[in-house]
Amino acid sequence: MCNCEILIPKLGIITDIRDETPDVKTFSVTAPDGGVVFPHMPGQCAMLSIPGVGEAMFSITSSPTNTAFMEYSIKKAGVLTDWLHRAETGQQITVRGPYGNAFPVEGDLKGKDLLFIAGGIGLAPLRSVINYVRANRKNYGKVDIVYGARSADDLVFRKEIESEWDGIDDVNVHLTIDRAQAGWSGNVGFVPAFVKDLGFTKGRTTLVCGPPIMIKFVLAALDEIGFDETKIYTTMELRMKCGIGKCGRCNIGSKYVCKDGPVFRCDELAALPDEY
Amino acid sequence: MLKLSLSRMEELFSRINGERTLYAPIQIGEQTQFTPWVPDAAVQMNRLSTVKSPKDYFFPHIEDIAAFRVQGKEIEILDVRTEAAPFAVFGVRACDAESLNLLDRIFLDDPIDTFYESKRKSGLIITTACFEPEETCFCGVFGIDALSPGGDIATWIVDDTLYWNALTEKGEALTEAVKDLFEETDDMAVKAAQEKAQTVFDKLPFRDLNLDGLTGEVLMKKFNSPEWANLNPSCLSCGTCTFICPTCHCYDIQDFDTGKGIQRFKCWDSCMCSDFTLMAHGNPRTSQLERFRQRYMHKLIYFPDNNDGAYACVGCGRCVQKCPISMNIVKVIKALGVENDV
Amino acid sequence: MRQKAHELLSSGAVGAVLAWEKGELPYDTSPAVFRDAEALDKMVYNGFCGSNLSKYLIEQGKQDEKVLVFLKPCDTYSLNQLLSENRVAREKLHIIGIGCKGKLDVEKLRTQGIKGITGIEENETLKIQTLYGDHELPREDVLLEKCLSCKGKDHKVYDELIGEDLSADTEQGDKYAKVAELEGQTPAERFAFWRGELSKCIRCNACRNTCPSCTCLKCVFDNAHSGVAAKVNATEFEENMFHIIRAFHVAGRCSDCGECSRVCPQGIPIHLLNRKFIKDISGFYGEFQAGETAELNSPLLCYDLEDAEPNIISKREGDN
Repeated sequence: MCNCEILIPKLGIITDIRDETPDVKTFSVTAPDGGVVFPHMPGQCAMLSIPGVGEAMFSITSSPTNTAFMEYSIKKAGVLTDWLHRAETGQQITVRGPYGNAFPVEGDLKGKDLLFIAGGIGLAPLRSVINYVRANRKNYGKVDIVYGARSADDLVFRKEIESEWDGIDDVNVHLTIDRAQAGWSGNVGFVPAFVKDLGFTKGRTTLVCGPPIMIKFVLAALDEIGFDETKIYTTMELRMKCGIGKCGRCNIGSKYVCKDGPVFRCDELAALPDEY
Repeated sequence: MLKLSLSRMEELFSRINGERTLYAPIQIGEQTQFTPWVPDAAVQMNRLSTVKSPKDYFFPHIEDIAAFRVQGKEIEILDVRTEAAPFAVFGVRACDAESLNLLDRIFLDDPIDTFYESKRKSGLIITTACFEPEETCFCGVFGIDALSPGGDIATWIVDDTLYWNALTEKGEALTEAVKDLFEETDDMAVKAAQEKAQTVFDKLPFRDLNLDGLTGEVLMKKFNSPEWANLNPSCLSCGTCTFICPTCHCYDIQDFDTGKGIQRFKCWDSCMCSDFTLMAHGNPRTSQLERFRQRYMHKLIYFPDNNDGAYACVGCGRCVQKCPISMNIVKVIKALGVENDV
Repeated sequence: MRQKAHELLSSGAVGAVLAWEKGELPYDTSPAVFRDAEALDKMVYNGFCGSNLSKYLIEQGKQDEKVLVFLKPCDTYSLNQLLSENRVAREKLHIIGIGCKGKLDVEKLRTQGIKGITGIEENETLKIQTLYGDHELPREDVLLEKCLSCKGKDHKVYDELIGEDLSADTEQGDKYAKVAELEGQTPAERFAFWRGELSKCIRCNACRNTCPSCTCLKCVFDNAHSGVAAKVNATEFEENMFHIIRAFHVAGRCSDCGECSRVCPQGIPIHLLNRKFIKDISGFYGEFQAGETAELNSPLLCYDLEDAEPNIISKREGDN
């Protein structure tokens, strides 16, 4: 559970800002005296804030194996994210967390063949797991990553994917973009169809994240192929304020995304109202 | 059990107030509200439900949680927490006392909300039995006995006498401090009054409100019930029901620029608000029907599902009295409950 | 009324009926949309149908169907105002004007110490049964605040009338009496009065949401980008500001339907702010009643060569 006084944040410093896509930047954040602000597990989230601007929940993109700094990949979408996109390195921010559960990297994922499926900024929460798996490579089986975005320019972590992930240590990445464009020789098409085309075997343990509509179609595609929904994990995002299951706004049925999630197994999600 | 003549209440209030801040239901204009007691205040014991419940003293409508000084790229985080000063609330009804036990399930669950916890520790609840329930009362449906209320000290007003019984250690301590005002007595008078009042409780219009069938097991069925479309259209989507409800606990966190710095506070929020679940990239509840459904699903299905079957309602009847268009939880229970299995 | 509703609903002339539904207690009627002729058994019209159904027509008007709505005389002013602002399409409405003898306020029974209400018989004298014995009260002692300055028996817009002859002759009380009293106070006294009232505000937004003149798609107080969005009043200033902005925004458009004060859980006399505007507008530009017709003719929206000069306020003698 959270290792800070609830609701009262800690201080962080933005030490590096990288442009991922035209509207996504990755921010490196350290504690004032260096290192991570707090330890976390892959899939967990943190509340970032600029006082007077806003506070919002973000997935921690970096792997827990990185103890030098934390990373957050943030899409410009609202008041706080607009502000952060204009920030410079050296900017202090407030951080509280970690919140929520994590992908079961030390539990059900261990020893399994893994399939990661992501769309757009949805790769951000999975990146934490992917890099954790890579750092503990012998603990896991085959790793395939299917990742799609609107265009080649909208693929996040592209450099990392190409230079550190794809084809290394039995990790294979399959990229796709929505529409053909000059200079793109990879697959063109939506993620759900691409997943079907790639012909993965049913035994895979799957982690899915992306826009809600993509998740819904991917789950339908996996169901069609005959994947077992108790082996599919996804991570949810709803408006949050407290992060600890008390403020009452991020519920799906009787589950709170901030506390009982954000990671849900698909069979758990199927038993809940479709209100996300 | 102890007793005190009602003519000496002012003395009792004054003594309690000397030891800790005392709040009581006080008539202001035509309304009765819990407010700080002052000498000669019009303490109103006839009107059962105050407009706002005493949850305000434990979970305030607005409460600072932190402050910040921002200069250039630098942020200074200021801890503004203060130890809550001891206080007592007199005249709390059984329903409202029980509502705090429900709030405990949320705020004292791990991780503990220390803001709430400190007030819960320093606050003392003096309850009063309801001998004359209103037609809107239905606490009995939730197993609450308005004639034997909980809290730290329970009191009963029979004729011109106040009967007083400490229920907790905290209550004992306060009792010790004011004991010289009281006389020892038996509980015969209270028992007789309870028996007499029970006949009124047996006649309350909502005494038979049936909660059977409202459990987490039928979550999806109730969520998809066609009844919501019939119940919702009258709702103005105001926050009256949520703000006067003793068990509603949803809150927002906001920043306020004081001109000298940023004050971060938490404040009551309402699931009836259109921006309650609004995110930069969309809103999972865009219609009023979904928001209306959320409130009652939370109280009648989700909360019990997470809390050993306990409903997030204590039958205080405030929403029955105050909803501008009289669409209240009783009507929802009747529409969705076992009597109407949809 | 029920027969008429049944007729129009069954024949398909209207797709929905907007009326009141009986509740669980003698007084807790709710506005309701009936689509099923069978369900009309639950329809009711009594002294506790004080709520103004006009506002619901904005939401209802989004449906692709004609709706039958029952309006009391005073409710028709609100509807005219909505029609004048094109918030509701006239051709989608079938309006039945219904008689009214003044509506009742159960809070007034409670403040008189009457509780445990189990039955109410409505006549000139109200007979009230309670768990603790019976009471009798003159009806006029229990009227809603808004009914104390009734606008009269005439419906300003309707397709047909039912029971209009049953309307009581109502006495037009001096609706400006309290406003004039406040005007007579010193600024400090007046400020103290309003601070006392507005400090009770819990920002539930009931006054705004029920108001047939509050029709913005997104209220400035709900808009995260407005800079004034707020869930609570963080300061006294914000407490005042919400009510001042609200009153200003309905100035010249408010028909004085009194719903704001009726719905306020804290009993704040919100309508007095509106009436101050109505009194001033009528003083500056000649007697004006919003919603008298469905024309857009508010003096604050229409310029006339005869209009008072803008500096009229600073010139006004004796005003502070």
